Amino acid sequence: MNTARAETPSLRVLVASRPGLRVLAPGAALRGRDIGASTIFASRRRELAGKSVLIGARSQFVAARALIELDGLAARLVICPPDFSPGRLASVISQAEVDAIVSDAADKDFGVEREIYLCGDPVPIDEEDCFTRLASQWVLPTSGTTGAPKLVAHRLEGLLGAIRPACEPIPVWATFYDIRRYGGLQIFLRACVTGAQLLLSDARESLGDYMIRCAKADVTHISGTPSHWRQLLMSPDAELIDPKYVRLSGEIADRAILDALRAVYPRAVISHAYASTEAGVGFEVADGREGFPTALLDANGEVELRLRDGSLHVRSKRTATAYIGQGGLKLLDDEGFVDTDDVVEQKGDRCFFKGRRAGVINVGGLKVHPEEVEQVINEHSEVRMSRVSARRSPIMGDLIIAEVAPRNVATPREAGALETEILDLCRARLPRHMVPVTIRFVPAIDILASGKLARRHA
Amino acid sequence: MSIRLTILSQIENVAAEQKKKIAPLRDDLILAESGLDSLCFAILVARLEDELGADPLTASEEVYFPKTLGELIGLYEHSPR
Repeated sequence: MNTARAETPSLRVLVASRPGLRVLAPGAALRGRDIGASTIFASRRRELAGKSVLIGARSQFVAARALIELDGLAARLVICPPDFSPGRLASVISQAEVDAIVSDAADKDFGVEREIYLCGDPVPIDEEDCFTRLASQWVLPTSGTTGAPKLVAHRLEGLLGAIRPACEPIPVWATFYDIRRYGGLQIFLRACVTGAQLLLSDARESLGDYMIRCAKADVTHISGTPSHWRQLLMSPDAELIDPKYVRLSGEIADRAILDALRAVYPRAVISHAYASTEAGVGFEVADGREGFPTALLDANGEVELRLRDGSLHVRSKRTATAYIGQGGLKLLDDEGFVDTDDVVEQKGDRCFFKGRRAGVINVGGLKVHPEEVEQVINEHSEVRMSRVSARRSPIMGDLIIAEVAPRNVATPREAGALETEILDLCRARLPRHMVPVTIRFVPAIDILASGKLARRHA
Repeated sequence: MSIRLTILSQIENVAAEQKKKIAPLRDDLILAESGLDSLCFAILVARLEDELGADPLTASEEVYFPKTLGELIGLYEHSPR
């Protein structure tokens, strides 16, 4: 692990030459030039050199500061989302051979005992000390929600692979993601590399308060999952901001959400990115349409995409390099491709995402991706969000059922009419085994801390 | 509504939704010849579970599929809820 980094400077060195960088949280601000020659680990900083370090801060802001400081110093930066339970943290600590935890909270339960290094106020260090050259491994859990966390390793070069130099004016970024998830980490690194401003949300802050802060800071660029966006569009807070660039990633961006965002933010570029913790950033589509151009398949650019058995395979320098702690589990095939398990259907010059392979519902031997049905339901103008799942059937194995969060709270009579309209829409567009057997109206559909819809197979 | 009437009206609903022509609903009607296919039956069983709170096809120990409409109705009428 202790190979010296040849070309890419450490994040700290990179940030030092970006005086415009600002990471802003409620009541806290970090400026690129303030980081300079300082440490938040006081006299214990050198003890972290060459260690496998878990970023265990409660606060996103402290985690950001620790990442900047530890890249190039620690052998491994192990990054977990803030909602990880002590049991899951213990699994990560063991799999990633963590020997030190940095945290802003002495009382946080990590499931197992490890030495905790408390993050404090910055104190000066020798400038010489800042130029550590270790090629730190960045280790993140994949976004699956069941079983023991699966960890993948990245290199900073790979994480930065999709980031282009910023054009003037420098953006003001916001993200609904926590920066300790791949989608949020990308935005954090984007801000670092381009010397931009980034407004971090706070766990104790409401969506409305975050939007007010974003509006005051004139946020220009903002990113989240389609579920995050659907949730925002359900509240009047959506109208507080006026972004130039709206980014969706992490779930399928269907036509309904792309159209809804265009209606609310007519001046913004609406872009959906294909990215995952394992496969890195694949590509970005900004033509306002769902899916992606077939021309991206089989091209031999920086990112190579192939369809094999209907599943998208990705090869690029931006993918993770390996699984960590999973005995024998291979991330890359012999040719260096990652199988994303995202099922894609090619229709002429456009490719469409159908859903996750593991999430398939089997209706009498016919496969149904819940996402395919949701995309149709979501096209009804009175539907804000929907979730399709399986219901056991003694005859067909599974049947399709749907929960729908309507735009307006309806009277029972209106709900009946809406149900008929949604079912008619489904029957006109889908084979009969994919049409929901029942529709249940719900006030809201919960999304996970990851920003994705909760599914049986995430 | 009685169990019998609930079942009969749900069969008609499902047939209409699925655009299936069904034979007259008499007790001796052979289900396989009713005009409903397996997806229709699956939907019917799910709807009846919601309305009647019973799913005798899953609940029964031995695998028993009724052959006639009369048997199907009997199964629900004698099913514990």
